[in-house]
Amino acid sequence: MSDLFGKLGGIYLLPVALALIAFVLIGAPSSWLTLTVAGLAMGMLIFLMASGLSLVFGLMDVLNFGHSAFVSFGAFVAASTLAALSGWLGAPSILLNIAALVLALAAAIAAGLLAGWLFERIIIKPVYHDHLRQILITMGALIVAEQLILATWGGTPTNVPRPAFLEGSIIIGDAAVEIYRLFALVLGAVVYLGLYLLLNRTRIGLLIRAGVENREMVESLGFKIDRLFIGVFMLGSGLAALGGAMWAGYVTLITPALGAEMLVIVFIVVIIGGLGSIQGTLLGALIVGLSANYVGFLAPKLALASNMILMMIILLWRPNGLAPAAKGH
Amino acid sequence: MRGTLTVKGAALLIWALLLFAPFLFQDVRQIEVAARIAIFIVLVASYDLLIGYTGIVSFAHTMFFGMGAYGVAIALKQMGPGWTPVLLGSAAGVAVALVLAVGIGLLSLRVKAIFFAMITLAAASVVLVLATQFSQFTGGDDGMTYRTPDLFKPATKLLVDAEGKVLSIAGVKMNGKIAAYYFVFVISAVLFWAMLRITGSPLGTVLKAIRENEARAEGIGYRVVAYRTAVFCIAAGTAALAGATYAVWLKYTGPQTALSFSIMIDILLMVVIGGMGTMWGAVIGATLMVLAQYYLRDLMEVAAGATANIPLLPELLNPERWLLWLGVIFILLVYFFPSGIAGTIIQKGDKA
Amino acid sequence: MSLLSIQNLSVSIGQYAVLHDVSLKVPQGGVFVLLGRNGAGKTTTLRAIMGLWQPSPGSIRFDGEDITSLHTSDIAKRGIAYVPENMGIFGGLTVAENMVLATANGTYDPQRLDWVYGLLPALKTFWDKPAGALSGGQKQMLSVARAIIEPRKLILVDEPTKGLAPSIIDAMAEGFREISAETTILLVEQNFAFARSLGRDMGVIEDGQIVHTGTMEAFAADAALQDRLLSLSAEGAA
Repeated sequence: MSDLFGKLGGIYLLPVALALIAFVLIGAPSSWLTLTVAGLAMGMLIFLMASGLSLVFGLMDVLNFGHSAFVSFGAFVAASTLAALSGWLGAPSILLNIAALVLALAAAIAAGLLAGWLFERIIIKPVYHDHLRQILITMGALIVAEQLILATWGGTPTNVPRPAFLEGSIIIGDAAVEIYRLFALVLGAVVYLGLYLLLNRTRIGLLIRAGVENREMVESLGFKIDRLFIGVFMLGSGLAALGGAMWAGYVTLITPALGAEMLVIVFIVVIIGGLGSIQGTLLGALIVGLSANYVGFLAPKLALASNMILMMIILLWRPNGLAPAAKGH
Repeated sequence: MRGTLTVKGAALLIWALLLFAPFLFQDVRQIEVAARIAIFIVLVASYDLLIGYTGIVSFAHTMFFGMGAYGVAIALKQMGPGWTPVLLGSAAGVAVALVLAVGIGLLSLRVKAIFFAMITLAAASVVLVLATQFSQFTGGDDGMTYRTPDLFKPATKLLVDAEGKVLSIAGVKMNGKIAAYYFVFVISAVLFWAMLRITGSPLGTVLKAIRENEARAEGIGYRVVAYRTAVFCIAAGTAALAGATYAVWLKYTGPQTALSFSIMIDILLMVVIGGMGTMWGAVIGATLMVLAQYYLRDLMEVAAGATANIPLLPELLNPERWLLWLGVIFILLVYFFPSGIAGTIIQKGDKA
Repeated sequence: MSLLSIQNLSVSIGQYAVLHDVSLKVPQGGVFVLLGRNGAGKTTTLRAIMGLWQPSPGSIRFDGEDITSLHTSDIAKRGIAYVPENMGIFGGLTVAENMVLATANGTYDPQRLDWVYGLLPALKTFWDKPAGALSGGQKQMLSVARAIIEPRKLILVDEPTKGLAPSIIDAMAEGFREISAETTILLVEQNFAFARSLGRDMGVIEDGQIVHTGTMEAFAADAALQDRLLSLSAEGAA
């Protein structure tokens, strides 16, 4: 039985199983399709936000409680860029539409990279090996970052314009599937693929995977992990900012509290998926995205609690999460 | 030993001031401050039991505090004023807190200390959302007001003079407000004393051994997870009791006073300012921070007004930037001053 | 002229002083064996050389250069390889990936690879398998293979025989003998029979201090000294 389960894909079948159960419970195929696409899209965006956190923890044992500041930062930078380019967004030319979107996402990523670099140098570096102070300091940094965002963009909800070509829905049978969600889904998949290739097909990726398992041994073979680490940290913050930017377009109304809200979901995802591996993070993100949408439809009041319950069940079953990176020490 | 004596002396002085607070500070707001200090000393000391004595970080301390507060609030709201709802509500709040603490502890403490921080954060935010969602019980975002036992009514005469009027001692009226204050004071003092006893007991020694070297403590044969879970439960139960007491004092319970994450940040700051790992530090940290909350913010407002013509300064001094400064101070403290006021005085004084 | 010289090295981990005032000279060539009981400070000495513990105080000179405060990766680049007690295998990576990380620039010298294959034939069989699936002996061989895939000046080996079957230990001794023809080896051991068969010079560490240095020949001949310093002559003979 468990052999069969393993052969079919093991834990990676969980999202499929979840979708099948939801199909039976929901009953209406069109609602199910809409919810499934929404869930997968949400999962992909959460994956963008969570992947960096997970890798950074795996590589350096650093858990950054301020990670979600990059998410908010990316969201607001993208929103401001889009607002500034609103002429291009509404233009009938799809090229101008795309240019505005690309610029907004690029601005978010650039802001994320820069913020990540500053964060790593100022906040993280002095407390590499001290978990207690690390948690406290990164939490303090999250507060400061959130307050800076509040001071810059104000507390009132900010509207996020979407490019015209991503507005509207495609009708499949009876089901309406939002184009923006499909876009988020594709973008997330492309980023995952890119990360997968980076980690599995390049020497840098090999070093990262080895470093996640045993940092000291990688250094004993003559490589400097610190230099690798800041690269991974910046990559992670850039991706989080991209996730935030996409999320802003997904919800279309954002407040500075966005980061703190996402932090909890991102934590649940990396705990479910297991720290240190992007496969695990993707798995956790998809499970959380799907279940949030299904439960939100079936029993709206339980939506948030359902994530928590899901996490508890998975921790009881696998205390280290579904697919954590192998730790050599 | 001089440093330790200084710290203990300062803490005892604070307790003495709290004991005589109604006579020393007769303004309503000042009594409010004194009661808040007493409650937060307990809350911070119980948190320090966790972070300072076992080295694990929880973000769910406010959640336990809130469970006590909501327990009492819901009981008083549903059953009307009286001692039975206070006792029942406290007991229910503590019970729920303990059950959750055991669950979270056993689930996450056996894996990695870092999971614990993440899971407590997640749990606390879920509880906060649930508390605002189930508004028929909790009053939602607005919270709820209720009446407390008659003893605490301002009109209650504790002592009367010959004419049947409220007796005044040293100019202070012996009314229900005094009774309420001493209710808060006595409970806080007893809880603090109990925690002091715990840290001095064999359990405290074991906890220190675990904090210093987990692997070694495990090697000696201590069941680290069991001990940590036990401390987590003690801290959670104490926080719930403090919450229940505060709910009786405030006659109001809502997310802002009992559950919000900013209380958690306050607690963290108080622990760090006072000094982790010393119960006496909690007294100092809580006092300084509550005073700053009440008076420094006013000062910022005045300063912002006074500097209105200078560029940038009023923006920085705006009381709305309070949290920003707290965050910055917090980071700087953890960097440069990790042992806090009490820890630093003890180290310096004991060396000299 | 010694290849590695440790001067007055002390190391504290937390509040525990693990090494006090260790001085040791490892000459160029051959196998230098450091003997000692569990917890005597053998592993700490190797880790300090590798820069994984910071000495306070003390100095370590290697090949005429002070490497005391160099970063671990820079020490490795000076030509020191480390085979730790837990072998330090990347279990999630394949054997091939483990090996390629040990090369300086991702490419092999084919002749050298053949030589390594010749020494450790199992390597070739498991080349594309995940290293985590290997047996203890195979992992040990992979760890040694990583250390010798590039020419090094010094290899630090921490208890390579631990938990291995006697037949494998014999093969391993043969391998180390051949490696020592080109590279100096600093071997930490508790298995005296294995150590005696390889060592030219030796030292004994006890409670974080060097209590004896000399040639292996003299030490092996002096049963009383062994008994006093190691109280493991019985174990060693067994």
